[in-house]
Amino acid sequence: MSNSAPVKISASDVKVFYGDNQALHGISMDVYQHEVISFIGPSGCGKSTFLRCMNRMNDTIDQCRVTGSILLDGRDIHEPALDVVQLRAQVGMVFQKPNPFPKSIYENIAYGPKLHGLAERKADLDDIVESSLRRAGLWNEVKDRLDQPGTGLSGGQQQRLCIARSIAVSPEVILMDEPCSALDPIATSIIEELIDELKQNFTIVIVTHNMQQAARVSDRTAFFHLGNLIEIGNTNDVFTNPQQKRTEDYITGRYG
Amino acid sequence: MTIIAENPIKAVAAPSQVQQKVIDSLNRRHRKENLFRRLGLTAVLISLGLVAVLFINIFSKGLPAFWQSAVTLDIYFDPQIIKIPPMPQQRDDESDNDFRQRHIEWQTEIGFVNFNRLITDSLQKVLPDANKHRRDLARVVTSGERFALRDMVVADPSIIGQTRTLHLLTDANIDVWLKGNIDRSLPDEQQQLSAKMREWVDKLSADGVIQNRFSLALFMNPDSRSSLASAGLAGAFMGSFYMMLVVILLAVPMGVAAAIYLEEFAPRNKITDLVEVNINNLAAVPSIVFGLLGASVLIGWFNLPMSAPIVGGLVLSLMTLPTVIIATRSTLKAIPPSIRQAALGLGASKMQAIFHHVLPLAIPGILTGAILGVAQALGETAPLLLIGMKSFVASIPASPFEQASALPVQIYLWQGNELRNFFEARTSAAIIVLLLMMISLNGLAIWLRKKYEKRW
Ligand SMILES: Nc1ncnc2c1ncn2[C@@H]1O[C@H](COP(=O)(O)OP(=O)(O)OP(=O)(O)O)[C@@H](O)[C@H]1O
Ligand SMILES: [Mg+2]
Repeated sequence: MSNSAPVKISASDVKVFYGDNQALHGISMDVYQHEVISFIGPSGCGKSTFLRCMNRMNDTIDQCRVTGSILLDGRDIHEPALDVVQLRAQVGMVFQKPNPFPKSIYENIAYGPKLHGLAERKADLDDIVESSLRRAGLWNEVKDRLDQPGTGLSGGQQQRLCIARSIAVSPEVILMDEPCSALDPIATSIIEELIDELKQNFTIVIVTHNMQQAARVSDRTAFFHLGNLIEIGNTNDVFTNPQQKRTEDYITGRYG
Repeated sequence: MTIIAENPIKAVAAPSQVQQKVIDSLNRRHRKENLFRRLGLTAVLISLGLVAVLFINIFSKGLPAFWQSAVTLDIYFDPQIIKIPPMPQQRDDESDNDFRQRHIEWQTEIGFVNFNRLITDSLQKVLPDANKHRRDLARVVTSGERFALRDMVVADPSIIGQTRTLHLLTDANIDVWLKGNIDRSLPDEQQQLSAKMREWVDKLSADGVIQNRFSLALFMNPDSRSSLASAGLAGAFMGSFYMMLVVILLAVPMGVAAAIYLEEFAPRNKITDLVEVNINNLAAVPSIVFGLLGASVLIGWFNLPMSAPIVGGLVLSLMTLPTVIIATRSTLKAIPPSIRQAALGLGASKMQAIFHHVLPLAIPGILTGAILGVAQALGETAPLLLIGMKSFVASIPASPFEQASALPVQIYLWQGNELRNFFEARTSAAIIVLLLMMISLNGLAIWLRKKYEKRW
């Protein structure tokens, strides 16, 4: 499928520096529309850093400098005419630790649409809230307590709330940085199913430390090592027939 | 199997030795913990005890000041004494200003009336031998009360010719005598009151003409030197109030804004480091230095009035600013960054992330810091002495630009008054008022924190 789908994000020679310390040494890769691509690699190899490049969340980090180009639908996300606000509405993000706002469940979902003026009337907003929660598979669990704080939900529910919050602004790409690392296996499998459904409409980039998870949810897998992209390919190929020695060592658990 | 069988004793003995060591060290640890807990508890009890001693001391000394000796007299507003033209009425062809001018002239004329005569005349009715001791007679009622009579006439001239029953404050020395705050066995030359006066006062007190009455003089009047018994806190209170107003309007918004900028927007570089260090330094500058600054810069260069609450407020604002900035910054720092990231990730601008999500969470902390800063400023004395707010002011300031004193300065002034026996209670009463203001400010801080507190 990957070959026929159009390119959504195209990165070439992306280098990232934290002060004097170079974290990424020239990454180039394409992300195709409506695929799930997972980033794997040992801790500190730059997966999160690269993920944050895609919606320019690195801008929020002092001393972080990014070079190279990243094209979203063929347009450079660093070009001055492009507002980072617009970019982040297009490329949403789900973080490692669930981070709902300390506000009601409803407010959590409605914040993004309100921010971008997506709903004219209250009824529209209600619709967005309901459909986002439904798509995140959370509606039935929370529909009777939308006015209660989002922080009062369980960890797995909070993470799905955060996913619902990011899809409420109808992004095209969703970046997920270890979205299940704080969750138990059942909550994890719910989110994995969710990712499977979401890929109908969204392009999903997911960072994970869980090899099985990468194998289960992603179409393609990219292996990072010490700030370099070592190998990228169809998930099946990468896991069963890695081209690089380092990939094989990592996957088979010889280090990392 | 064989290994265990070979050396069974060692296998059992080794862990029990370890256990013994653990138990020994545990006992030591428990002893230390107990000791520490007792130390902490003792420290808490000692400080509570000291606070209790302070409060009991101040309240027992200060509360009697709210009750003062007052003589109940039938005052006849004698038209023979109050010879004044009728109150001017505004004529149709007269401008407001002209009329006000005439009214002031009329009031001045009333000022020449000898209201003391009204008082001495009615005292004569209760003191038969009064005529022989006219000097003493004029001293029974504190001199400030004649202004009360004047004000009654100004407010309502039709009172002339009528008789009113009034409670008039006695001289401060009479209050001291009746409250037993002076040794009655002292010889004549050491007594503040003449023998005749003491005899009168005891008689009037026995007759119930002089009674200990609750008096609002302490709250309603400004300070006074001619009429000590009616010296009050109102001027100092208003002075402090205006200064608080200036601090709240200046230091709090400026401090909060500076803290938000420094914490959230300013780039981290040498300059901001320098600013940060200097803010911390500013917080450590002794308050009297701010007073010097106020005296030389605000009064010396900008020609702001001496002794004015506006200057005091500006100086205290400067002093409070670092406190507010530091408190606000530490509150902002404590807000989890995940909240910011969540908002930014959704496409909120930095400003929106801060104003929609960070500030609402920071409000309780910011308010607490601000109020504690204001409370600290309220109790500050030293810088005020340097900008002239220690001078005696006998009026209630109508604006922050008029001369005024401040509560802590008033305490300092009264503490040094020569008539110790009378002003000891008044000093404590002023401290009570100051403490109550502090407590209500701190209470407000706690209430606001509870109200806005949210978990995340
Ligand atoms: N905010 C930062 N400031 C300075 N250096 C950073 C920052 N974030 C990451 N780094 C450095 O960049 C490198 C890559 O970090 P990154 O977080 O991208 O790794 P990662 O692959 O996501 O690791 P993990 O699997 O542990 O999350 C690391 O060496 C890290 O120390
Ligand atoms: Mg990471």
